[in-house]
Order: sequence, then structure tokens, then C-alpha cells
Amino acid sequence: MLQVTGIPTKEDVAKVTPSLERLQKGPCAVIECFQKIPCNPCATSCPFGAIERGNDINELPVIDWDICTGCGICVVNCPGLAIFVVDLSQPDKAVVKLPYEFLPLPKVGETVTAMSREGSALGDAKVLRVQDNKAYDRTRLVWLEVQRDWAMDVRHFSRKESINEQ
Amino acid sequence: MEHKEIVVVGGGPAGLCAALQAARMGAQVTLLEGDDRLGGQLVKQTHMFFGSQKQHAGTRGIDIASMLVKQLEEMPNVEIRTNAMVLGRYEDGALTVEENDDFKVIYPKKSIFATGASEKMLMFANNDLPGVFGAGAVQTLMNVYGVMPAKRVLMIGAGNIGLIVSYQLMQAGVEVAAILDAGPRIGGYLVHAAKIRRAGVPIMTRHSIKEALGTDKVTGAVIVQFDEKWQPIPGTEQTVECDAICLAVGLSPFADLFWQAGCEMKFIPELGGHVAARGLDMQTSVEGIYVAGDVGGIEEASSAMVEGYLAGLNAAASLGYGGEQVEQQRHEFETQLNDLRSGPVGEKIRSGLAKLQA
Repeated sequence: MLQVTGIPTKEDVAKVTPSLERLQKGPCAVIECFQKIPCNPCATSCPFGAIERGNDINELPVIDWDICTGCGICVVNCPGLAIFVVDLSQPDKAVVKLPYEFLPLPKVGETVTAMSREGSALGDAKVLRVQDNKAYDRTRLVWLEVQRDWAMDVRHFSRKESINEQ
Repeated sequence: MEHKEIVVVGGGPAGLCAALQAARMGAQVTLLEGDDRLGGQLVKQTHMFFGSQKQHAGTRGIDIASMLVKQLEEMPNVEIRTNAMVLGRYEDGALTVEENDDFKVIYPKKSIFATGASEKMLMFANNDLPGVFGAGAVQTLMNVYGVMPAKRVLMIGAGNIGLIVSYQLMQAGVEVAAILDAGPRIGGYLVHAAKIRRAGVPIMTRHSIKEALGTDKVTGAVIVQFDEKWQPIPGTEQTVECDAICLAVGLSPFADLFWQAGCEMKFIPELGGHVAARGLDMQTSVEGIYVAGDVGGIEEASSAMVEGYLAGLNAAASLGYGGEQVEQQRHEFETQLNDLRSGPVGEKIRSGLAKLQA
């Protein structure tokens, strides 16, 4: 249970998972925000107005996946690092974009270990892109290419060579 | 002896905002900070803030501090005095100050005490061993001085501070062995817990520390599971290897000045301990003394900032500053505070405040 372990349950995740049909159309944001806290940067940062927070900033965000383009702006603006972008538009792989705040940064093409919400290793993932600019304010958007059936499980990664570099 | 219009004691988020607001309304403001720099605990907050944009949500605490300080420094009617530790408040209204090794006496027309909070300690065997830190000290070492406090840390407390400091330790390359909390649930924001957990750090509720191991310094800890009555369950002891134990087990309001001033004090556990009774205008039972931030009740920095604005506004308005806009601004700040506190995570603070105003 999330409140006891810090791990969102399958039921929690199911509530915020877009349909397979939507995921196959292209990237969209998955907002894994399960607790009512006073917070709204996801809604105010979305350039398309796809995220609604209602009149009360304590309400959970509601996303319109017909409007969401999966641009990832909300991912780097979420103070809880609780938003991810999932893309199943390519036949044989999934792309997951996640927020990353550790140094040194991974390199494009690098093989990293994909990690689950439990923090256990799922297997190898390939870094496709590391997006960074001033507006991202030091939270990087890392694009991972992963096995298709891991799309809704990969939420973090660890670098294989990070110890050697330091 | 000096005579001042509004004196703000404490340069953390509440004090900075109190000074800013009073100065914007035209009052002459003196800000006294005991440390050598302004910002209080904001300068250690490397994460993006929650709340709404009005409280700089999405901006990192450390950057909010620089932003507020810059705004203050640009105001001609603000006098900023660092290394100025307020020592006491006397019956005739005098504040005594130790400033750069000098002793000063200041008479303010109005005072805003935004002195923050101090960390709570936890009882366990060997808790005086080197390597047992408060979370604030760990943040100061890492984020202010760039010193790595340890290689492998055991964190006690899964409130927001315990979770945030664990994350900062991981960012600094320190391993976090586990985060323990004696309570049945994680007290901090679950998004913080989830981001630490997915990086592989176990969060163990109903667990606490029994003993620190080591002779000259910490080499490990014995942890134990708690039952539903918060009692250790015999036989559940485990040994954890670590070279530091970090305590994040709560804060107590740093309320000495209110006691000295003779303010009516109330013991309210939901607010962290003894706090000064106050009205909605943030004024205490002693006329001209206002309260803002953690010293009036342990809460998030976003609320501390808005409380600061509100105290600054009311103190300045009581001296005749602000004109017609005062009512509208007061309403705006009160609405912001209500919004921040209205959800389920604000329940504790709401029940505490209800007792305070009863």
C-alpha cells in the first residue's frame, strides 16, 4: 500500500493509465499523483491546457488525453516528480520519458538498468535522448527505449557505470 | 539605543515575506537575522516547491530565497542586519541584540517574530555517538558547505523532511540504507516517498531505532519493529550497517521571545508544542507583537511565506500604511492560506489552529 511502502499499487496505477488505443497513437502523460496535496504546477505549466486541477488546488489532477501531446513539460515541472510520458506508437518497443535529477547524466545510446516503482531492476533500457534546457530548471527529461510490456512499469533507471566515473 | 518602526526577527521564508510586505506598504522595516545570511531553511531546499504559483510553486526553495532576498535588498526602506541575534524582549518593549560582537537595544513600534523551529531529539542507546545527526545538520553540511556527511545513512522519520533529506543524500552520492518511521503510515508527501522508493530505498513504517552501534563513531544501528501501540516487538531486532544516523523526527516552535514578552501561550500538539495564541491578523495577546511561520505552528514553507505576508500587512496597516488596498490584500492572503490548508494533508494544522483560536 502506497501510504505504508511508498509503492503505488496496481489499482492506483490502473486509475491513471491511458487506454492501449491512446498509447498506440503516440506519447501521452501519465500522472501518478495519488494524494490530495496543495499543488498545481502540472496544470499551470501545460502549454495545451490538458490538465485540470479544479478550483481547489488540493484536488487530484485530471488530464485530457485527447489534448495531451506528451511533450513532457509537466514532467519536469511536477514538484513530486510524479509524471511520466509513455509512448507505444512504435510496433516493437516502448518509449518512456521520465524526470531525472542525478549526476552524472547518462549519455545518449547508453545502456542503463530500468527500474520499477518498487526499485527493482527490470532489465536493460537504452537512453534515446536527454532533454535539458534552462526552463527545465535542472530536472532532466530522459527518454528510455524499453521492452514494450514494461511501458507502465519502468519509472526510474540506474546507470551501470556511474560508480566508475566518480 | 535605537527606535524602529517595524522589526522582523528571523530571515527565513516567513520573516522575508513579512519584511517585504510591510516595506511594500511603505513602512520602515528592520530585519534581524542571527545567521550570517538570509533565507533560513529555504537555502537547503533543493526541491521544487508545492503549492500554487502565488507561493512560487515549481521553483526550488533555494531559488525562492535568492528571489525574496533580492527584492528586499532593492527596497530603500528596508534595513537588513545579519549576524544580529535577538537575545531577549523586555517589559518596556526593548529587544536586546548581539550584533557582530556588539550589544544593542532596539525599541520597535511593532515586532514580527518569525524565529522558526528547532529539531526534536530521539531517545535511544548511544544517541550521543559522533555520526548521529539532525536532518538540518546533514542539509547544512551538504547543501551549504558541500561536505559529504557520510557514506551510508540510516534515516529516522518518513515525514517530508526525512524524505527530502534522503533524496538529497542520494543526489550527493550517499547511500541511504533505509528510512524508518515508528508510525503506521508515511507522514510526508507520497510523491516524495515514491521517488525514493523507486530508486531502491526501503521505507519501513512501524520501525524505529533501538540503539546506535559503535565505540568512537557510528558503525551501525539496531532497529526494531513496533506494534499497534507503538511498543517494540521483542525478537524483531535487526542490525543495519551505516556510518551515520540521521534524525528527522519533528520540529518544535522556537518560541522563547513570545514567552519573554508575556504572550499568552498554548500547548497544541498538532502545531508542534507551545505556540503564542493569536488572532486571524497574526497578532499575539501582546499588542504590537505578531507571529509568522513555523514558530506559530509547524507547517510547510509555502504557508510560512503567506503567514509572513499577512503578519507584515497587518503590522504595517496598524501603523496606518497601505491605504485602500489593505482589505483586498488581506482577503487574498487569507484565501491563499485557506487553500493551502483545505485538503486532507491540512487536517492536522486545521485542527491545531481551531484550538488556537478557541
